[in-house]
Amino acid sequence: MAKSFFIDTTKCTACRGCQVACKDWKGLPATPTKQRGSHQNPEDLNAKTLKLVRFADHTIDGKVVWNFFSDQCRHCIEPPCKIIADDLAPGSVIKDEKTGAIIYTKETKKISADGFEEMRSICPYNIPRRNEETGLIVKCDMCIDRVSNGLIPMCAKSCPTGAILFGERDDMLALSEKRLAEIKKKSPSARLLSKDDTNAIYLVAHEPKFYHEYACGIVNGKRFA
Amino acid sequence: MTNHYIDIKNADVVFIMGSNAAEHHPISFKWAMRAKEERNATIVHVDPKFSRTSARSDLHVPLRSGTDIAFLGGMIKYILENELYFKEYVTEYTNASFIVNEKFSFNDGVFSGLDAVNRKYDRSTWTMETDESGIPKKDKTFAHERCVLNMLKKHYSRYTLDVVSDITGVSKENLVKVYDTMGATGKPNKAGTMLYALGWTQHTVGVQNIRACAMIQLLLGNIGIAGGGVNALRGEPNVQGSTDHALLYHIIPGYLAVPNTNWLTLEDYLKANTPVSKDPMSANWWSNTPKYMVSLLKSWYGSAATKENDFGYKWIPKNDAGADYSFMYLYDKMLKGQVKGGFVWATNPAQSLPNTNKIRKAMSNLDWLCVAETNHTESSDFWRGPGMDPKKIKTEVFLLASAHRLEKDGSISNSGRWLLWHNQAVPPQGDSRAMGDSIVGIINSVRALYKKDGGVCPEPLLNLDWPEKYDPDAMARNINGYFLEDVTIDGKQYKKGSLVPSFAMLQADGTTSCRVWVYAGSYTDADGNKAKKRDATQTPMQKKIGLFPNWSWCWPVNRRIIYNRASVDLNGKPWDPERAVIEWDGEKWIGDVPDGAWPPMATGKGKYPFIMQKEGHGQLFGPGRVDGPFPEHYEPVETPIKKHSLSSQLSNPCAKILSSDMDPLAAPGDERFPIVLTTYNMTEHWCGGGETRNTPALLEAEPQLYVEMSPQLAQEKGIKNGDPVVVTSARGRVEAIAMVTVRITPFKVMGKTVHLIGMPFAFGWTTPGCGDSTNRLTVSAGDPNTTIPEYKACCVNIEKATKVTELSI
Repeated sequence: MAKSFFIDTTKCTACRGCQVACKDWKGLPATPTKQRGSHQNPEDLNAKTLKLVRFADHTIDGKVVWNFFSDQCRHCIEPPCKIIADDLAPGSVIKDEKTGAIIYTKETKKISADGFEEMRSICPYNIPRRNEETGLIVKCDMCIDRVSNGLIPMCAKSCPTGAILFGERDDMLALSEKRLAEIKKKSPSARLLSKDDTNAIYLVAHEPKFYHEYACGIVNGKRFA
Repeated sequence: MTNHYIDIKNADVVFIMGSNAAEHHPISFKWAMRAKEERNATIVHVDPKFSRTSARSDLHVPLRSGTDIAFLGGMIKYILENELYFKEYVTEYTNASFIVNEKFSFNDGVFSGLDAVNRKYDRSTWTMETDESGIPKKDKTFAHERCVLNMLKKHYSRYTLDVVSDITGVSKENLVKVYDTMGATGKPNKAGTMLYALGWTQHTVGVQNIRACAMIQLLLGNIGIAGGGVNALRGEPNVQGSTDHALLYHIIPGYLAVPNTNWLTLEDYLKANTPVSKDPMSANWWSNTPKYMVSLLKSWYGSAATKENDFGYKWIPKNDAGADYSFMYLYDKMLKGQVKGGFVWATNPAQSLPNTNKIRKAMSNLDWLCVAETNHTESSDFWRGPGMDPKKIKTEVFLLASAHRLEKDGSISNSGRWLLWHNQAVPPQGDSRAMGDSIVGIINSVRALYKKDGGVCPEPLLNLDWPEKYDPDAMARNINGYFLEDVTIDGKQYKKGSLVPSFAMLQADGTTSCRVWVYAGSYTDADGNKAKKRDATQTPMQKKIGLFPNWSWCWPVNRRIIYNRASVDLNGKPWDPERAVIEWDGEKWIGDVPDGAWPPMATGKGKYPFIMQKEGHGQLFGPGRVDGPFPEHYEPVETPIKKHSLSSQLSNPCAKILSSDMDPLAAPGDERFPIVLTTYNMTEHWCGGGETRNTPALLEAEPQLYVEMSPQLAQEKGIKNGDPVVVTSARGRVEAIAMVTVRITPFKVMGKTVHLIGMPFAFGWTTPGCGDSTNRLTVSAGDPNTTIPEYKACCVNIEKATKVTELSI
């Protein structure tokens, strides 16, 4: 049975414990950043930032809202990146059947910059990044090292509010439906994102466009931008 | 906190004001969200800016910084007028029925007894009428016009929705929404908690902000109960522990007053600090002061302290009576060349104190400075800071490399007063040492010099009971205290050398020692160091309210919710059986450790529940503060308005205001500085940022100083999101990056638009290009009770920068 994340953005306080803990566990260095008029930093996912909390403030129906979105690879059940990668460099993207984790291997080095662009553009969530120094293509690996040793991913471990949960897919599905029903009472626009086709289910209280461009991926051939 | 973090989940309403709980105390907010999830609680956030806390609250209400008392005074009026208060609780457990001295008065913003020149009140009329035995007179029918309840109604009658809205900038609709929500918790089966932090304390009316909160919680019967309380959120800087251990100048350990020149003998001291109540129903806990003081003296001076020499009382340095030794005054003296040298332990004054330009200048007047730190900071390195010429700085600076807290054993007291032991994770790097280790070593060296060469005033040093080596475990035992002789108490014998099991056993005759009386019982012969306990066992009753009596240990005497006898009626039955904290089972109290084991009040053998107050009642009329028995709205020392509609007294008549050449103030309504600045911190950086700016992943997440501002102000000033800007006050200029956001809104105040901006204070020049101290803008003015600086409100202007030198852009 596959494992899934359930990321309940209605519980997220954007403390960025997940973002920092991810770097810490994986030994990824900080990158130079600047204040650009937003708390979101780094500005985007990059080869050294595989988990990023996105910030978006809006006025919706006269009310100020501030949405937080702990972004990461969704671990698609049928990952489009893998279809491309299988052609470009067999074995560079593999699926761990036990957990459902989609893992990029050292073989990704064999994929050219153009090939990488192809992978990235087919990803509905704009996740893959390429390390220009090593040529490796990188993203969240579900902390496969931890999970295969009975631990939960570092982001879920670090989350103080229970916004990032991780467990058996069935359990996460049930939990996400239960929370959705609760949240819908106060936020009729609430919905679950990437539920059926990935192993990272997000609960949002507003339309996905109020979170970020790639929040819900592609639905019916269209992206909510 | 009167309560503790887990207890927040028991609340029906979580009222957060003066705090950004989600960002600064993330774990507290976990429980706030648990309350929302499990009992459909409402989270209300009243704060100048929309923060990450507001994002997860049901209602965010923006309020002009520095107007909390107007807001809370309006709530008091609303609660009284609509009779939302908990009548039985208010009648029995607060001083609502007490009769106020007829000479007490309040007129146009000022209480009776003001000496306006010396900015002090003569408080002799702020008293209660007493009967022939000296017991306060009470009128439980509330017919007497001078009973506290009626005085309260009169005082806050001016705080109408219109007036409050005009001053605070909060819409009347929002006022009523909040007042109704919180007011609904005045029922026996409802609980509301109030969470606050520096957003309330850092004002020239800081203490009265908290008083107002306590009064509301008393009116609503929310103190002592599960899901209630007056809850100061405290965290990683160990403010709770360091206050218990007397970090500040006005107290010695255990909240005992610091000796001063009015009290030259132990007898004088004890007389002045041991209140006497004539009411047999009042426990008057501070009547135990002599036991705590003498045990402290024995702990400090050991066998050198004898009855004959006042247990060494004369060796304690005495403050000049009435003098203020707080940071702002200390650095003021330093600026004037009256301080020659000193130690800075684990704080960053050149970054974190108000009017930092002055602080930095003052430091350069020192002959020597010793800084104990884990990182180079703006203080340790002030001599090479911006505008400083190291060749011209005479100060000799020593840096004591200090171990990080993960590199040492020790304890931290959390917000809920739990004493938690932490273990060394890794040994200290290089030559760095735990601060306790440094202090023990330094004092031993000084003692050795005194022994060898002699010196002035040797007794305080040489008579200290001082260890050879620093040992955290031995220190923990000292804090708990020992029997120094074989002692028999209530027929039970305690052996010399054994640890005291509780502060109830402390003696005033020199037969016990205890370094901090509230921690007596934390380390016993029977159970060892209770700060190490991690046992989740609980009774079903305790489980209902998330009370874990065997997990760590909590002061006092492991009581998790203080004043908990106010959670039951006169018969000892919980007001809310579903959230019972304690209950009288006919023979004893069950549940939490009660505030005293006396039977319920109705038996006639009970004691009033507010045992720390002389008369045992929660104080709606509170004569203990220097600036008034009722909180009154005053503007911050720097205010964008010239007058307000509650009185002609513009600012706190007792506020402490420094007046050096480097302390200019903007006049009220000064057109040069029309914008309110409030300062704060964020999740990613800790205090002045000395540690976290040296933690790469945190600096990556929050790399540079920013200023949050409304789109309306940005448009007025021609500033775009991400533009570098310059913020100026009468005291300094600071560069920052504009963060233009709908999360900040302009306020309508006294008929005009007032803009507010907000800036963090964590960025300093030792981290290149990140900006420099925001506190170069803030004022040297403080609360008259505590001298805590008014960091939260001052007046500034903001312009787009043409050139920046402090920021990498």
